Amino acid sequence: MEFSLLNLLILVPVVGAVAVALVPKDNDKALTATGFGAALATGLLTLVVLSGFDASDGDLQFVTDRWWVETFGISWKLGIDGISLFLVVLGGVLFPIAMVGPNIHHDRKGYLAWMLVLEAGSMGVFLARDLFVFFLFWELVLVPMYFLIGGWGYERRVYATLKFFLYTMVGSALMLVAILALVFLHQKATGTLTFDLDELAANQSLAEGTARWLFLAFAASFAIKVPIFPVHTWLPDAHTEAPTGGSVILAGIMLKLGTYGFMRFGLYLFPQAAVDLAPWFLTLGVIGIIYGALVATVQRDLKRLVAYSSVAHLGFIVIGIFGLSTQGLEGGVLQMVNHGISTGALFLLVGMIYERRHTRQIAELGGLQKVAPVFAAVFTVVMLSSIGLPGLNGFVGEFLVLIGTFVTHRWWAVVATVGVILAALYLLWAYQRVFHGTPEGANANFLEMTTRERLVMAPLLALIVFMGVYPKPVLDRIAPSVATLVDHVEARSDYREPVIVVAEPADHNETSDTAEAHE
Amino acid sequence: MNSSGFTPPQVEWAILAPELILITGALVLLLVSTFFRHRPVGNSWSMFTLAVTGAALISTIGLWRDVTGPEGVPRLGLADAVALDGFAVLVTVIICAAVALAVLVADGFLWNERLDQPAFYVLLLLSAAGGLLMGKANDLIVVFLGLEILSIALYVLAAFHRGKPRSSEAAIKYFVLGSFSSAIFLYGVALTYGATGTTNLGGITAFLRSNIVPGGVLYGGFGLLLVGLGFKVAAVPFHMWTPDVYQGSPTPVTGFMAAAAKAAGFAALLRIFFSAFGDQRLDWQPIVWALAVASLVVGSVLAVVQTDVKRMLAYSSISHAGYILIGLQAATERGIAGSLFYLLAYTFMVLGSFAVVTVVAGPGDDSHHLDNYRGLAKRRPGLTLCLTLFLLAQAGVPFTAGFLAKFGVIAAAVESGSYALAVIAMLAAVVATFFYLRLIVVMYMGGETEAASPDRAIELPLAGALAIGLALAFTVGAGLLPEPVLNFARNATLIGL
Repeated sequence: MEFSLLNLLILVPVVGAVAVALVPKDNDKALTATGFGAALATGLLTLVVLSGFDASDGDLQFVTDRWWVETFGISWKLGIDGISLFLVVLGGVLFPIAMVGPNIHHDRKGYLAWMLVLEAGSMGVFLARDLFVFFLFWELVLVPMYFLIGGWGYERRVYATLKFFLYTMVGSALMLVAILALVFLHQKATGTLTFDLDELAANQSLAEGTARWLFLAFAASFAIKVPIFPVHTWLPDAHTEAPTGGSVILAGIMLKLGTYGFMRFGLYLFPQAAVDLAPWFLTLGVIGIIYGALVATVQRDLKRLVAYSSVAHLGFIVIGIFGLSTQGLEGGVLQMVNHGISTGALFLLVGMIYERRHTRQIAELGGLQKVAPVFAAVFTVVMLSSIGLPGLNGFVGEFLVLIGTFVTHRWWAVVATVGVILAALYLLWAYQRVFHGTPEGANANFLEMTTRERLVMAPLLALIVFMGVYPKPVLDRIAPSVATLVDHVEARSDYREPVIVVAEPADHNETSDTAEAHE
Repeated sequence: MNSSGFTPPQVEWAILAPELILITGALVLLLVSTFFRHRPVGNSWSMFTLAVTGAALISTIGLWRDVTGPEGVPRLGLADAVALDGFAVLVTVIICAAVALAVLVADGFLWNERLDQPAFYVLLLLSAAGGLLMGKANDLIVVFLGLEILSIALYVLAAFHRGKPRSSEAAIKYFVLGSFSSAIFLYGVALTYGATGTTNLGGITAFLRSNIVPGGVLYGGFGLLLVGLGFKVAAVPFHMWTPDVYQGSPTPVTGFMAAAAKAAGFAALLRIFFSAFGDQRLDWQPIVWALAVASLVVGSVLAVVQTDVKRMLAYSSISHAGYILIGLQAATERGIAGSLFYLLAYTFMVLGSFAVVTVVAGPGDDSHHLDNYRGLAKRRPGLTLCLTLFLLAQAGVPFTAGFLAKFGVIAAAVESGSYALAVIAMLAAVVATFFYLRLIVVMYMGGETEAASPDRAIELPLAGALAIGLALAFTVGAGLLPEPVLNFARNATLIGL
């Protein structure tokens, strides 16, 4: 069988991590070169995958499939489609940035090695097409993140990291049982023992009640990871205490594991259950949007504010997914990528502020615009992208999600729209307090952005603008896979996407044009 | 089965070869060592013990192909009192591995503590011989024989650190409660004999298949057997001795006890309940279910509040017993394979952990408090990483043998429809993860107050390093390439099933 590039996406970071572990501890230059080199190589590989990706094909590409543990029906099966493609690329972009962007004050070696293990794990989750392999990577990512928060985080890091680990494990516990139940029920019905995701999704004969229970067990795990209200409480702690690089990856990649899981496994494996329970998840998503925004508004800690804004933004992705419309799902995927870019960038900026001022309290900052205009300008662009200003990336995804949800679940979309306004409220208000006014005390000596910091932010800013102005190439690659998924759901449930969407001139190409027309 | 009049049974030496090798080795060691009492002999004693263990292992592993697989024929011997099947071979491998690792750990320990080396190894070998016998016993009396050989040697080993009151206390506790449990086991044998007229496992099955037995005596019989063996494997509520004995015994002994005694106890438990009482599974499954849940919950919850690392590992071993019981509860072939794989993986993880604990404890074998581990990562990063991997493996983190072990038994539970048990077990794993992480936190992130004795260098003897390396190689290796080991456990079927 041909050797798939996707293996390399997992292998290169692992080899990099081992290589970093072998470099002597005090040789900072060599450590950075090795670690960053491995992450950069992985990033370039994701771009190779991106360029080789056939945009018209909604099915799996670059598939590799070979037995791993044959007696258990476990195969090493990897594949990529439009839904996972950009998350993988996002990982390829964010990891190198998270590794060299923030200052690492101690034990560079451990930091870089854990980061690379984390990269391998996240790639594995996005690429796995075998439930066992998926679960392995799903659990594996916890370990490096645990050490990153615990080893390089702020004051309450030990508490935060334990909370993060245990919360997530509770979800996984239920999911493992559900995976096994699904596999064995499939074996009873068909006679073959397999963990192959596509086979399990294609030939399935679960009773309605059983499917619903299994879906809920998977959903518990994903909901905690996203996180969906009311199981979000680990997130503000983990985000606030994590080192900057950890926050970037946590927001950019790890939260997406949950929403990705809902699409890839929730909808795909249990279409009918997902359709039946969709209103509940839509409701929780909307609550998350409003609640996250309101709580963000009253935060005094800038980093915590960004963390709560994530709860709100992820709520949009959740309603996009459970709206079950083509646009909503496309918007959801796009929003996953956008949120990764803008929130990742926001965390980097907040980290830079902390480096200079050793505080994240909004009240202690002020007037930074006067002393650091470039810094303020960059912050403004990133913030506006997070708010969802037309012309920047955040708008396109949110807009698609809202249209899509409006068509299928009108009232949820109406309420969710309030969240867009609230986002403007808490971010602009925070900006005002931090950057406007006259700088006093330590704020007067606030350093302007350094060249290195500019270089770190440049790729993110470029992506923010590019994806806001011209999201078509991205959407073109997402659309066929989303269409395949929607067809899959329709074929196996009583859900029918409202015909009105097809009749209106708003299929996905038009939609993206509409998005541009709004600029 | 039961012939009137005594005919001396045909002795099948091949079946008993590993036990005989271990016992002969022990006796030779005992004898020879008396002549060299006051002469320096270097590491000869431990080398000799390793060689004996290796010989015992080779004598059995060669028979693997003869007794398993499509062409293999499992054998019975000594008037059907012992069985040589894949199961027995695997148990032999587990226990021999435990002996080998324990010898490597003990070598440096005995030198440092100036304890009598040959006696230690003699007892270790004898105890292992008892364990092997339990793995292949096809008769309740032989199970009892094995149990006693294993236990009596272990009682002495627990007291081996002569100068330490804790060690003697542990031995007394273990001895008193252990004797009780042996007596209870024997009573269970008697009741079973009363109900079925035989102590042979095959005979019991045959009798129960062709006769309707009134419940009371039989239930009493296998109930008491379960209690007696439940004590050996430290299942709740028969676990009371575990924390004290694990804490007080010399650390290498604790490791061996945790691995080998548990493996032998479970071997007997699995064989008795599958082969003799297999048809009565509906009667005993609920009891095992309750034992499993109690062990999982009590083991992991109480481990959380421990501040002594050895006590914590004791409670963790109780929760591991809960997982292995899940395989028994499933009462399927996947269940046996799951339990066996768990025992195999557990042996390496737990001995690896105790190997590191022995090294960290240093002279006097006293520094087992969490504070002694504070900031260990700064002083001994390599050693800390090894312990971290062992702990993570015990917590069931992917790409380690520990994950597959948990996966195997949970899969068995789910397949047999015990969803509730599977969910409880997974949630208990979350609690268990908490205390493993707690130790890891102390080692990596507890640098603030520095270690209690930062000036004391931690010495890692070569043999100890070898033990840790081997255990780690298996723990990670079986996690990455599980197929051969899983097949090994899968083919280790019981005779007569």
